[in-house]
Amino acid sequence: MKEDVLLTMRHIEKRFPGVLALNDVDFTLRKGEIHALMGENGAGKSTLIKILTGVYQMDRGEVTIEGTPISIHSPQDAQNNGISTVYQEITLCPNLTVAENMFIGREDSAWIRHKDYEKRADEILEKLGIPTRGVTQLGRCSLAIQQMVAIARAVDMKCKVLILDEPTSSLDDKEVNMLFKLMRDLKAQGVGIIFVTHFLEQVYEVSDRITVLRNGELVGEYPVEQLPQVELVAKMIGKSLDELSNLGEKNEKAAEKNDVFYEAESLSSSQALPFNFKIHKGEVNGFTGLLGSGRSESVRAIFGADKINGGTVKIKGENVKITRPIDAMKHGIGYLAEDRKRDGIIAELSVRENIILALQVMNGFFKPISRSESEAFADEYIKVLNIKTASRETPVGSLSGGNQQKVILARWLLTHPDYLILDEPTRGIDVGTKLEIQKLVLKLAEDGVSVTFISSEVEEMLRTCSRLIVMRDRHVVGELKGDDLNQAQVMKTIAGGEA
Amino acid sequence: MDTKKKFNLSLGQLTIPIIAILILVVFNLIRDPSFFSIGITQNNDGNSVLSGNLITVINGASELAILAMGMTLVTAACGGQDISVGAAAAIAGSAFVKILKSGDSISVGTVILAFLFACVVAMIFGAFNGTLVAVFKIQPMIATLILYTCGRSIAYWINGGATPTVQSSIITAIGGFIPGIPVPTPVIIVVVVAIIFKLVFHFTSLEILTQSVGINGSAARLNGINSTFIKLLSFIILGVCVSVAGCIGVSRLGLINHETLLIDIEMDTILAVAIGGNNLGGGKFKISGSIIGAYVIQMLTITLYAMKVSSTDVKAYKAIVIILLVVIGSPVVKAKFEKLMTKLRSGKAKETVKGAE
Repeated sequence: MKEDVLLTMRHIEKRFPGVLALNDVDFTLRKGEIHALMGENGAGKSTLIKILTGVYQMDRGEVTIEGTPISIHSPQDAQNNGISTVYQEITLCPNLTVAENMFIGREDSAWIRHKDYEKRADEILEKLGIPTRGVTQLGRCSLAIQQMVAIARAVDMKCKVLILDEPTSSLDDKEVNMLFKLMRDLKAQGVGIIFVTHFLEQVYEVSDRITVLRNGELVGEYPVEQLPQVELVAKMIGKSLDELSNLGEKNEKAAEKNDVFYEAESLSSSQALPFNFKIHKGEVNGFTGLLGSGRSESVRAIFGADKINGGTVKIKGENVKITRPIDAMKHGIGYLAEDRKRDGIIAELSVRENIILALQVMNGFFKPISRSESEAFADEYIKVLNIKTASRETPVGSLSGGNQQKVILARWLLTHPDYLILDEPTRGIDVGTKLEIQKLVLKLAEDGVSVTFISSEVEEMLRTCSRLIVMRDRHVVGELKGDDLNQAQVMKTIAGGEA
Repeated sequence: MDTKKKFNLSLGQLTIPIIAILILVVFNLIRDPSFFSIGITQNNDGNSVLSGNLITVINGASELAILAMGMTLVTAACGGQDISVGAAAAIAGSAFVKILKSGDSISVGTVILAFLFACVVAMIFGAFNGTLVAVFKIQPMIATLILYTCGRSIAYWINGGATPTVQSSIITAIGGFIPGIPVPTPVIIVVVVAIIFKLVFHFTSLEILTQSVGINGSAARLNGINSTFIKLLSFIILGVCVSVAGCIGVSRLGLINHETLLIDIEMDTILAVAIGGNNLGGGKFKISGSIIGAYVIQMLTITLYAMKVSSTDVKAYKAIVIILLVVIGSPVVKAKFEKLMTKLRSGKAKETVKGAE
């Protein structure tokens, strides 16, 4: 048993200004094991990973690989010790080719031999079944493919420890299965895999063991078969699931009777094919479909985020023109974008400034929100949404993913929208926050706000939406409501073919 | 204890430029205590005015400080710099002189009119640069290279190739001293411009909008910010700064020399922004940092001259000091320093705990 241990981390402590991020945490990884690292946002998963990969230095503790103590001071050290990582946010260079991305920083000679690299890249990609080629510019690949290239790079570096930080959050089911197959192959070769994810089902599908962290402390390590899902959630958040699943009633019946708030007819943009869409006051509906089905592009068209090519839009029955985000905002529409890092946060600005941004823009250039007013707004929403931040002046980029998302939610809530579009608001965030956001959506609807909700997790949409618009290959292929709102029916409609 | 903590944590943007100024001050005090003596002398017009090295520094940095304020805004919004400010100032100065020379005599009204004309001209050229950057998405340094190259030729054309002199007590007052006021007028103008900036930030949302555009253009757009407008606006505001600097330059000499007016000032301007701790890649900014940066540069130059360093060598010595400043202000050194502080602090904390036991 003892020889099987690949990596140990003992008594790890890490302190950030004002926060004890990790307190005496132990972690053990064995050879040929897929080990899920679970915890809410701010539990310390990312910090632990970053210590292992040399991004952060631990304040106290010990790390050993195959029994030998090692010190990791830089990502290069980590790599030399056989630790490779694929991060949650893709950290490759979009302007280089796939091959260059796979071999950058590890050239074996002073010259970069493009032809060689492309050939080797093609071989690896083919072996792993990744549908792209070495010569393709990475930026032209979908997010999913970029993620898989990152994994291919790590795999090719002959690592002993492979860390996958939210690898599946931008993959669809087929791609996830492909990745799992790959993970199992690697496991058979004796690689130890640390798997960080928020998708509980996936944990149970591939993992052998689970380590749970909460608030920077170790809760425990469990063989997967000894920890039922309900208990796992309970350990992660310290509450029982019954308490959480009590979301409140959907108000589907009521919403149908209300007036139509927004209606679009053959609306199209540079990214979205013409589609019809309407939403009632106080209704929660959703766009569903696979990645790339056009669901995000459609809501972006509603918000005027891409160039609008045609169509008519009515708000409260009156014709309006929405061609830019500011037009939509002025008509009471808010939009939480899919890519939080690229389209959401202003990383270096404070939590306070990020919260007031949209309201400030709507108020106009000559009506700045005063310092005291903005502080009051920030404090209010930090409290209401339970945003975990050292202070309201902390740069938002230093918050955990879920709290960044809450800041952006706060930004839109502060504008008191009539219609809120949430594109993947729960992606890459923990169970507790997910439920908080779902509850919030239903609460907003009760208060008469219309909400369009997009999520990769169908189950989550079924819980919140009273109507689902299903998209496939950039076309709307169905609309489900009432009794049709169940997992099987949604899957069938997404997949197409005979009903 | 609390105040100490605050001090330790506040290794802010202004730390480096303020320390730089302090070091220069202490250095000069040791070298020659009389460096800082400020006296009152009678100038040629019979006014009692302040004089001394310190006054020379503060006065001499006026144009640089004004340009640095505008440059900070362009840097923040566009993530790049305008290298045409010297050339554009020559154009503005020429336009200023053109109007001054158009009448028989120069009254206060003529000067105001001339200044406004110079402003409009500089704003138009600013808008030209801004359009290239904001609308056509050309890199700022490339876009402004055009005006950098041709600006002084345009200035030459405005006054038909001559270097006309302007003789007027009003102009002398602008470039020197207003009778009865011992403080040099350019210094007063710097203060006025700084106050105007402060007021603009107070009464508009320019600051947060500019920072948002500079940090994350894509997110800014989805929050309804018109980033094209913000970038264009930053160049137009810089245009106003350019014309103020140009007019001061002309007034100091009482003539316009399109070849030498504020020559090479663009690089010092960018340097002032950098020394002020502003990220040249755009985003968060502090105007006050850039102003201090301008005085650091001028102080350095005057110190070197006071040490009898020949004017050909000054640039080399300046370069050495600036390398030091920029390296010390770099994120790498800052991070190392902060780590050291944390270590020292935790060490101290442990000691006190032990002491308590």
